[in-house]
This record gives sequence, structure tokens and C-alpha cells, in this order.
Amino acid sequence: VTKIIDARGLACPMPVVLVKRAIDDCVTELDILVDNEAARENILRFAASAKTAAEATAEADGEYRIRIRRDRELLIALGGG
Amino acid sequence: MENGKWKMNNLLSSTAGIVIVGLVIGVVGALLQYAGNPPNMGICVACMERDVAGAIGLHQADKVQYLRPEIIGFILGGFLAAIAFGEFRARNGSSPALRFALGLFAMLGALVFLGCPWRALLRIAGGDANGLVGLAGLVAGIAVGSWFLRNGFEPGRAYPAKRPAGSILLLVAIAFLAMIALQPDFLRSSIEGPGSMRAPVAASLLLALAVGFLAQRSRFCTVGAFRDLFIIRSPHLFYGVLALLVAAFLANLALGQFHAGFSIAEGKPQPIAHTVHLWNFLGMALSGLCFVLAGGCPGRQLVLSGEGDGDAAVFVLGMLVGGGIAHNFAIAASPAGPGANGPAAVVIGLVFAVIMGFAMKEKMS
Repeated sequence: VTKIIDARGLACPMPVVLVKRAIDDCVTELDILVDNEAARENILRFAASAKTAAEATAEADGEYRIRIRRDRELLIALGGG
Repeated sequence: MENGKWKMNNLLSSTAGIVIVGLVIGVVGALLQYAGNPPNMGICVACMERDVAGAIGLHQADKVQYLRPEIIGFILGGFLAAIAFGEFRARNGSSPALRFALGLFAMLGALVFLGCPWRALLRIAGGDANGLVGLAGLVAGIAVGSWFLRNGFEPGRAYPAKRPAGSILLLVAIAFLAMIALQPDFLRSSIEGPGSMRAPVAASLLLALAVGFLAQRSRFCTVGAFRDLFIIRSPHLFYGVLALLVAAFLANLALGQFHAGFSIAEGKPQPIAHTVHLWNFLGMALSGLCFVLAGGCPGRQLVLSGEGDGDAAVFVLGMLVGGGIAHNFAIAASPAGPGANGPAAVVIGLVFAVIMGFAMKEKMS
């Protein structure tokens, strides 16, 4: 089951803190919605350092959906990467 | 998936980028001092906002009154970068009054120490060992704040706002700029003391514009640097802080502005500093705690205000009012130590911030 976090409107550093909490809770599939560039950069940087596959896709109104998968194969299987 | 792909979108958000920005801020800090700003205070967001508070009559301390162009430059620089890269987003609504109070207490703590995080680094880079005590306090405050963030502190969501609502501090900056140009009678201006020590207006404004611009692109943040180390074990922003420190140190050496020690007494005293270690430490601990709960250091808050963040703007206004209160209520420090009411203010602030840290928990799903 993919956990979905709506981090739109949350100021730095809350979006990345929520991702960290989820990963610490052993969530393997996570989609997080953010509405700003800085949050997107932060989360992708954190995901890279946590050896987690992540991909951001732009949505409407400057928002992004970032798909985070503990298992890289899973992300590819789902059509990412 | 290519990890490198996203980095190309914003070169300055890379590790090399944050290091470059740190180097630039460090050199600019040393240069603005060389050009006339007070010693070890080439840049200090807290001191400069306090000077601005004095200039518009929020306090009567006649040695620290000057409408510092740097504050205007940081806001406008952040604004220009946000516009140029399509990142201006008007938003607000995340516990604004709490942010006002955090800004106010952050300012009281900073003025008990005598400096914001940027000046703490510049003081160390100039050889002032008291800066190390302040930095230790700052890191301790950030550690406590990071613990609150990890354990559910959440100031709530901001919502998209209409553009004018996200532009208020920008308008204030433009009004200040007009006041510098027109010099109206009501504007106060020190003729002695730190407020009278100034780099040329054009140099202050242009260098601060550049710093604001670069800080917006790179998300440079001295408080985030330590917070990210504590919470997500990411040294990214910390590299920027190290770069600032090294660059300012080398620039100070080159410009003959470095001299090491604690002492504020003999021949060459540490400038605009005191040696009461306990309150240097606790003042900055209060600041660090408030900054981290509010999401960033005071320089970052100015930049965020420029890119449309109305909550950051409220934090800045809180700092401005705090600058007034710090001097009106004998809280701000002098070379003799914290003001008579400084310790009490710091303790009240710490109690307030810790209560908020516990009370603002939100159940996350």
C-alpha cells in the first residue's frame, strides 16, 4: 500500500521531516505532494543520501508528486525511472 | 533514474553551489566591515534589524540607529531571484502570531549575545572567542528545537495567498529604500557608536542584493545547517556554513581584521562583545530554538519574505519589534554584559519556546 503524504503548504523543513519519519517507520512506498522547489530539492537530496529511489513529477500549479520507493526495482516496475 | 537530473535545474542547490554561496557571504561580511560597517559586523541580520528599529524610533538607544541598506538588499535580492526563476509564491497562515513571538524572542536572545548566527560565525572568523560560546549555545538551541521537530512539533499549513498579501515586507523594503533616498526628518541616525559605522550605501545595498539573490537560489541557512545534521543527517547546508567561516577568516587575515582572544578589556578589545559566557550561551540557545521552530535563520527569513512567504514576514516584524523592546527594556547587552533585564528575558523566552515546542504537537497521519 502506498502511503501518501500531503506536504503542500508545509514550511521547510516539515516535508523532509515527514519523509524521514515515514522511512524510519519502514514505509516502503511513499508518495509525497509538495508545492515548492526547495522542498522538492530537499526530499530528493535526502532520498539519495538514504539510498532510496525517488522521482519527482511536476503537477499543476508548481506542485510536485515525489514517489519514494525503498526498492529501486519496485519504482521501475511501477513505470518510474 | 538519474540522481544528477534534478541538480541541473538549480546549480546553486548542489553541494558546490552551497559552498560557493557560503564563500561569497563570508567574503562579503569581511568586505562590508572593511568598507565601514562595525567590526565583526559586516553582516548581522539581528544587529542590522535592531539598527533599523532604532532608525524608525522603536527604541531610543542613540548609538544603534541606522536604516541599514543590507536588510533591504536581502529582501529585494530574494525577491528578484524568486521572480527570475518563477518561485515567487504568495502564501501565509501557518501560526503567524506564534511566529511573531518566536521572532521577538529570537531577537532578545541574539541581542543578549550580540549577534545573529551569521555574526556568530563572523565573530569567530575575526578571532573573537566569545563567538565560539555563542555558537555552542546556538547549536544547543537548534538541537533542542530539532528534537521538538522530530517529535511532532508542527506550526500548521500555510495556504496560497493573493500576491499583494505576500508582498507586504517587500513594500516595507521599498518604503525603507525611499526613506534612505529622501532622508525624512523623522528618521533617526546615530552620530556615534556602531550605528554610525557604515559601509557606503551603494556597497551595502548591492552586496546585500547579491547575497539575497544567491541565498534564495541555494536555500542557504545557518540554522538549517545544524538542524539537517541532527534530523536527517545531511551535511549539505553545513558545508555552506563551513565555507562562510573559512572565507571570512581568510578575508579577515588578508584585510588585517583578525585578532584572536576573549578579552574585551586591554589594548585591542573584542569589538561589540562581552565575556559573560553563561548569557552568551543561553542567549544564543534561545535564538537557535526560536529560529529552528520558525523554520530558519534570520537571513533565510528575510529571503523567504522576499519570495512571498507572509509567515516569514511576520517573523521578521517580530524581530524588528524585539529589537525595540531589547533596548527599551534594558535587555540588550553591552561590553559590560547583558542588560539588567537580559537574563530574565532569556529565561522567559526559553520557557515560552519550550512550552510551545511541547504544545504545538500535531497528530501526523
